[in-house]
Amino acid sequence: MDPDRKRKIRLGVALGAAVLLAAALVYTSFTASTDARQPSDLLQSSSGDTYDLTGQVVSDSVVRDDDGLRFEIEDRDGSANLPVEYTGTVPDPFREGREVIVTGGLREGTFVAEHDSLITKCPSKFSDEAAEDPEHVIIE
Amino acid sequence: MEFVLILAILVAVAFFVTVPLRRPARRGETELDAQLAELEARKEAKYREIRDTEIDRATGKLSQDEWRRQNDELRREAIAILKRLDELQSGG
Amino acid sequence: MGAACLVLALLAALYAAGAAIAGARGDRRWVDSSRRATYALAALLTTAVVILEAAFLRSDFSFRLVAEHSSTTTPTGYKLTALWSSQGGSLLLWAWVLSIASSAVLFATRNRLREIVPWAAAVLMGFAAFFCALMLLSGPDANPFSRLDPAPVEGAGLTPLLRHPAMAIHPPMLYSGYVFFTVPFAFAIGALIARKVDASWIRSTRRFALIAWTFLTIGVALGARWSYSELGWGGYWAWDPVENASLMPWLIGTAFLHSMMVQERRGMLKVWNVSLIVATAALALLGTFLVRSGVLDSIHAFGASTIGPPLLVLIAVVVLGSAALIVSRLDDLRSEKRIDSLFSREAIFLVNNLLLVGLCAVIFWGTFFPLISEAITGTRSSVGPPFFNRLATPIAILLVLFTGIGPLVAWRRMSRETAKRVFRWPSVAALVVAAILFAFTDARGEPLALALFAFAAFALAALGQEFARGIAARRVLSGGSVPSALVAIVTRNRRRYGGYIVHAGIAVLLIGVAASSSFQTSRDVFLSPGESERVGDFDVTYVRPTQSVDREENRLTLGAVLDVTRDGEPFATLRPSRNYYSGRGVDPAAPVRGFFEGEATSEVGRRQSLGGDVWTAAQPDLTRLDPLIDRADERLAEITEGTPPDAPQVQSQIAALQGAAIAEIASRYVDDPPPTNFRVNVNPLVTWIWIGWLIALSGALIALWPSAEARRRRVADVYAARLARDLSRA
Repeated sequence: MDPDRKRKIRLGVALGAAVLLAAALVYTSFTASTDARQPSDLLQSSSGDTYDLTGQVVSDSVVRDDDGLRFEIEDRDGSANLPVEYTGTVPDPFREGREVIVTGGLREGTFVAEHDSLITKCPSKFSDEAAEDPEHVIIE
Repeated sequence: MEFVLILAILVAVAFFVTVPLRRPARRGETELDAQLAELEARKEAKYREIRDTEIDRATGKLSQDEWRRQNDELRREAIAILKRLDELQSGG
Repeated sequence: MGAACLVLALLAALYAAGAAIAGARGDRRWVDSSRRATYALAALLTTAVVILEAAFLRSDFSFRLVAEHSSTTTPTGYKLTALWSSQGGSLLLWAWVLSIASSAVLFATRNRLREIVPWAAAVLMGFAAFFCALMLLSGPDANPFSRLDPAPVEGAGLTPLLRHPAMAIHPPMLYSGYVFFTVPFAFAIGALIARKVDASWIRSTRRFALIAWTFLTIGVALGARWSYSELGWGGYWAWDPVENASLMPWLIGTAFLHSMMVQERRGMLKVWNVSLIVATAALALLGTFLVRSGVLDSIHAFGASTIGPPLLVLIAVVVLGSAALIVSRLDDLRSEKRIDSLFSREAIFLVNNLLLVGLCAVIFWGTFFPLISEAITGTRSSVGPPFFNRLATPIAILLVLFTGIGPLVAWRRMSRETAKRVFRWPSVAALVVAAILFAFTDARGEPLALALFAFAAFALAALGQEFARGIAARRVLSGGSVPSALVAIVTRNRRRYGGYIVHAGIAVLLIGVAASSSFQTSRDVFLSPGESERVGDFDVTYVRPTQSVDREENRLTLGAVLDVTRDGEPFATLRPSRNYYSGRGVDPAAPVRGFFEGEATSEVGRRQSLGGDVWTAAQPDLTRLDPLIDRADERLAEITEGTPPDAPQVQSQIAALQGAAIAEIASRYVDDPPPTNFRVNVNPLVTWIWIGWLIALSGALIALWPSAEARRRRVADVYAARLARDLSRA
C-alpha cells in the first residue's frame, strides 16, 4: 500500500473515532442529565421526574432528626417555597440562607431528595456576608 | 507626603525605562543573527537525536542495521547544518 | 499608596506593550526600554503585594480585604495567605506572578530570538495591563486596595475551610501554572507574527512549558488532597466545574509537551503545536473565568461578579485572534516531513495527544453542558460524576497503556522484529498480573479496573526494562556499579529518564485511583458509645466522645474516639471531630445557638497505610443538647436585657458568659453522649495516588534541572553576545 493511501486510511480512522466519541458524548449527556429547577418552577409544573433543585435554605426551617434533615428551600428572589426531605451526608458549609443544590423528585408536595445529593455552595469568598460584623464569642 | 512619594516613583520609573532610548541607535540585530540562532538550535536538536538513537540501540530498540542507517542519515544532516553554520559565520 | 502602585503598574504595562511593538520593527532601543518597563512593572506589583501583606500582618482593617478575610485572632501564616482568598487579592496575585515570569523570560532571552521577543513581550504585557485594568476598573470587589471608612474594630477572619496548609498554597501554585503557560503562548504568537515557528522557538519556551506543567500538577493535586483530607465527603475528585477547569489546561499542556518534542526533532506538527498552546492558554484563562463568574453551579462558585464578562471577552480575543493568525501563516507552518511509520515514537505521541485532547473534550462538554443544554433545549441540565466516570475511564485506561508504549518505541522507525522483542516482557508482565488479579482478588468483578491494572503493569514493566537496559548499556561502556550507572544515565539524559519517571508516577497514581474508586467500601453507621459495626474487612467501635476548646481560634471541637480492628487485630484509633466556629453572621438574639449552627468544619479521622485508608467523618447529633442551648440563650437574654449594647466592658462580660455557656454544653455532650452518625470509608490503595504524584513531580524536576552542558553553553552565549556588541559599537 503506498504511503499516501496509508495516510488517508489513518486519517479516516481517526476522524471516525472522533465522530464516535462525539456521538457517545452527546447521547450520554442528554440522556443522563438532570434538569435544574427552582422551587417556583416545580410548583408551577411538575411531574415525577428527577430534577436538580436549586435555591436558598429558608431561615429557621432546618430540622435535624433521626431520619435525616428537613428544611425549606426558596427561590433566589425569595418567592416560592418547598419543603425538602433529605438523607445522607450534610456538607460542612450547610446553613440557613446558603445556596444549595439537591437532586430528587416532588412527591405529594414535598421534595424527596436522593441520598447524599446535597451540595452547598461554599460561602462566597467575595461576598458581603463578611461585612456583617459578627459578635465575637470568647470561649473561656 | 504620599503624593510626593508617588510622583518620585513615577519619575524614577520613567527615568529607568527611558535609559535605552537615550543611547545612540545601534546597528541592531540582523537577519544573520536570527539565522545563526536557528541553526544553533537545529544543531543541538540534531545532536540530541544522534545521542538518542545511540541509546535506542544500546537498549535494544534498534538493531545494528537499523541504527547504522539512521545514524548515517542523522550525521549527514548534522554535517549539513555545521557546514551552513560555518558559511554564515565566515561570511557574516 | 497601593492603588497608586496599581495605576503606575497599569501605565508601565501599557508602555511596555507599546514600546515592544514599536521595537518590533528593528530598533532595539525600544525593545530594551520595554523590557525595563517590565522590570519596573514587577517592582511596582511587588510593592503593592508588600503593602497589602503588611496591612494583613498589622491587622489594618481600614483595608477592606483585611477586614473581610482576616482578624486579630488569625494565625500569622494564614494572615499572609489570606491575600489570595479574595477577588481583588487573587487578581493581584495573577498579575504579580505574570510580571515576575515575564521579567524572568525577557531577561533570559534578552540577546536571542530578536524577532520574536518583542511580540511575545507585547502579548505578556497586554495580559498584565488587562489584569491591572480589571483591578482598577471593575468596582470595589475587584480592587485589592479598596478601603473601609470607618475601619471596623475586628475582622471577619478567614473562612475555616481555608485554614489548611494545602488550601493556603493551592491558589499560588495553580496561578503559577496558568501564568507560566502564557509564556509559551506569547512566544508562539510572536513566532507566528514573525513567521519563525521553528526550532529556536521551541528551544526557548520548552523550559517554561515544563515549569508551567509542574506548577499546574502541584496545584491540581493540592486541591484534590485538601478535598480528601478536609471535606466531610471523603473523596478527592468530584468532577466539579472548578476542578475540571484546572484539569483541562493540564491535559492539553501535557499533550503540548509531547508534541513539542516531535516538532523539535522532525519539524513536524507545527500547526498542531501552536493550536495546542493556544488552547492551553485559553483554557487557563477559562479556568480563571469559571471560578469567578458564577456562570456554573458549583460548590466552589464564588458568586456572580463583575469581572466575568471582561475575562470572557479576553478569552474570545485570544482564541479568535490566534486562530486568524494561524490560518494566515498556514503556508509557513506546513512541513514536508511526514510520520514514517506507526512503529515510531512520533506516531505514539500523536495517538497520546489525541487521547488527551479527547479526554479534555469530554470534560469540557460535561462541564459546560448546563450552558449547552440551555442553548439547545431551553432548560439547564447538568451531568454528574457518573457521566464523567463512564467516558473518562476508558480513555484514562488507554492513556496508561500508552505511557508504557511510548518509552519502548524508537524515534523515526522501528522494525517489527525489534518491536516484538521489546514488547515481549512487559506484555508478559501485564498478562501475569491480570491472571493473578483475576484468580485471587475481587478484581475479577471489575473489568475496567482489571484492564487498568494490567496496562499499568505493562507500563511499569516497560519503564523498568528501559532503566535496566540503560544501566546495562552504561556498565558495558564504563563499568561501575548499578547505582552509579543509574545516576550516570539519569544525569546524562535528564529529559528522557526524567520523563520516564513522570510516566511511572502517573501509572502508579492511576492504579491508586482505580483501586480506591472501584473497590471502595462506604457506609453510614449510627453508633452509641460502646456499639460497633462492620465495614468491609474492619470492625469499628465507638469508644467515647471527646470535646475540646481552642481559645486562639475561637473554636469548639466535639468528636469521638473510634477503635478499628481487622480480624481481631487492632488496626487504628481514629479521632474524627467537628469544629464549630464563632464568627460569621451570628444572630445577636441567640448567640449560643448561632455558634452551633454557624460555620462548622470536619476533622476527618484517618489511618493511612500503603494498603489503603480507613477514613471516617463524624456528625454529632446535637438535638439532645437543644434544650440546653435554648436555655442558655434565654438566660443570656435575661441577663443582658437593659444593658447598653455598646459599652465594651459589658461586651466582654457578655462574651465571657457566652463562652461559659458553651463550655458547659460541651462537657454535657461528653457526659451524656447522643448516638452519632459516622461515615466510614475504606479506600484501598489510595495513598498510592499521592505517592505516584510525588514520583511524577520528581521526574519533572529532574527533567527541568539544567545540565552542566547547558550551563557551559549559556556562558559561551554570553561571551559571544558581548563580542558582537563590542564589535558593533566600534
